[in-house]
Amino acid sequence: MPTFDFQGKAIEVDDDGYLVNLGDWVPDMAPALAAQDGMTLTDAHWEVINFLREYYAKYQIAPMIKILVKEIAKSMGPEKGNTKYLYELYPAGPAKQACRYAGLPKPTGCV
Amino acid sequence: MAKQMKPNEIISEIDYKKMPEGSWLDQPAEIKPGMFCWGAKAKSIKAVGFPNARDWNPSEEDWKLPENWQGTVLEAMKDRLGKYRSFKLFMDICVRCGACADKCHFYIGTGDPKNMPVMRAELMRSVYRKYFTTPGKMLGKLAGARELDIKVLKEWWSYFFQCTECRRCSVFCPYGIDQAEITMMGREFLNLLGLNIEWIMGPVANCHMKCNHLGLEPHTIVNNVEFMLDDIETVTGIRINPSFNRKGAEILFVTPSGDLFADPGTYTCMGYLMLFHELGLDYTWSTYASEGGNFGFFSSNEMGKRLNAKIYAEAKRLGVKYIIGGECGHMWRVLSQYMNTWNGPAADFLEVPKSPITGTVFENTRGTRAVHISEFTADLIKHGKLKLDPSRNDHLKVTFHDSCNTARGMGLLEEPRYVLKSVCNNFYEMPEHTIREKTFCCGSGSGLNAGEDIDLRMKGGLPRANAVKHVHDKHGVNLLANVCAIDRATLTTSMDYWVPGVKVAGLSELVANALVMKGEKERTTDLRGEPLPNKAGGDK
Repeated sequence: MPTFDFQGKAIEVDDDGYLVNLGDWVPDMAPALAAQDGMTLTDAHWEVINFLREYYAKYQIAPMIKILVKEIAKSMGPEKGNTKYLYELYPAGPAKQACRYAGLPKPTGCV
Repeated sequence: MAKQMKPNEIISEIDYKKMPEGSWLDQPAEIKPGMFCWGAKAKSIKAVGFPNARDWNPSEEDWKLPENWQGTVLEAMKDRLGKYRSFKLFMDICVRCGACADKCHFYIGTGDPKNMPVMRAELMRSVYRKYFTTPGKMLGKLAGARELDIKVLKEWWSYFFQCTECRRCSVFCPYGIDQAEITMMGREFLNLLGLNIEWIMGPVANCHMKCNHLGLEPHTIVNNVEFMLDDIETVTGIRINPSFNRKGAEILFVTPSGDLFADPGTYTCMGYLMLFHELGLDYTWSTYASEGGNFGFFSSNEMGKRLNAKIYAEAKRLGVKYIIGGECGHMWRVLSQYMNTWNGPAADFLEVPKSPITGTVFENTRGTRAVHISEFTADLIKHGKLKLDPSRNDHLKVTFHDSCNTARGMGLLEEPRYVLKSVCNNFYEMPEHTIREKTFCCGSGSGLNAGEDIDLRMKGGLPRANAVKHVHDKHGVNLLANVCAIDRATLTTSMDYWVPGVKVAGLSELVANALVMKGEKERTTDLRGEPLPNKAGGDK
């Protein structure tokens, strides 16, 4: 099983770098995961991560992109409520990249 | 992770004239990044009680195989040869005429001779000969026989997960050998050793535990649908109020869970909701039968049967008369060709589907009691029961991708086209040898639609994309319509890669765009919120 080195501890991740145990996640882990991709997290990135975690706690899965877009429009203003903005924040895709930093698993199936 | 190949790199790598050095029997498979899916996880395998659960990595030398794995496979092979006459037949009858060789999208996209269907089958036939035929036992290699060793096992794994079970090759085979059934057997044997892929076993475990591949819980499904209802209200001014898990409904509606979660399937889903509302259909959604697809079918017959049973258990519990099924691919291959002997016929508690709107009895569904949404919709249009304004789709130039499973697995060729031509004014067919029963696979079917095998997917998607590019260049086609959730997800990726500018949509989305609903406000956008043609200035 691959691991991710965080503050001297080996955290279990899957083959794509997603946390195996959701409980391992702490807020400091997100910037460390992002740094692996050469990214620095801004408040705007955190807006997405925080919403993903809240949503996950309630629904046990990441939100549909539609829901995420609407939520960002609500909190960041309507001009940012679109997938283009989300892809600017997370070039590898909000579902994949932001979920990984947020410590959530990626969705599988016909997606 | 390896860097994704660029389109020109894929094209320049293909060399149909390159032949392997030495005998193919001695060439080991290459487990190459970008070309394979991650191995199934212990937790997913354990969830359904399959044997030999463990975490393993296909790119590592040691696959942590159980002791006597050869014995396990050969014993299973003996069992299946006795059980499935088709399998025995397909092991025996190929004459290597080569008609199938260049018909496979993976062969066309990779140039790898072992992706010729005849060769992929030969990987298994060579082992069959060694242990189950007299010439093979006596003459060995001379008779094209070889032992089942670790090299062969890895080759099986590599190539049975480079086949999407699309069955295009079988259309051209003079014997009608169904290559998908050989791949299915190969995967079934690998499955006994815990050698499935996680992109299949994850959804299977989810479907087993939470009733759909995505693992959507009941309140999540309801929440997602509510969200779509908000969007429908924004577009049409109409508030729809569907029911969930309602006993006594006339019809149970079942669709792949991708439609309940991922774009562009969500627009297809909005299409179902709008159509059923407009008809006043007495139907219910179910959070238990919340998966039309069946990834179990990609692991073993037994697992396919277990997941399929859920739909019928729910139909029985709710006391519905029959089932309408949504736009899914392998759901219909399972229903049309396997369900009857797995869990059917469903005649003891369901009725033969009869449209409450037109009175049409769908005799063809007598065994499964499940009607395809395209059949149902085509019948409505044929009887003039829908008010349609196809000009609302005038910004689209549409072509139709026949999904492998609905085209070759159930013969659904005319109905989607009839519907499409009724709701769109601009429809263009792709070349004849790439549609209908000769349709090319999206390149990512049968559970290969993961992220880590993206090079394989784009290579396999090349023939389909090439045909789309043809009508895109010739007619300006900008929309690829289809009736399958895997298509909606994978063709979107493949079009962005090979033919940018072509979007992907389920048929029911286009129906709902054109559907003139009672009491609707004047529509100014389509379901995606894009402005309708000629509506910006007011008049047409």
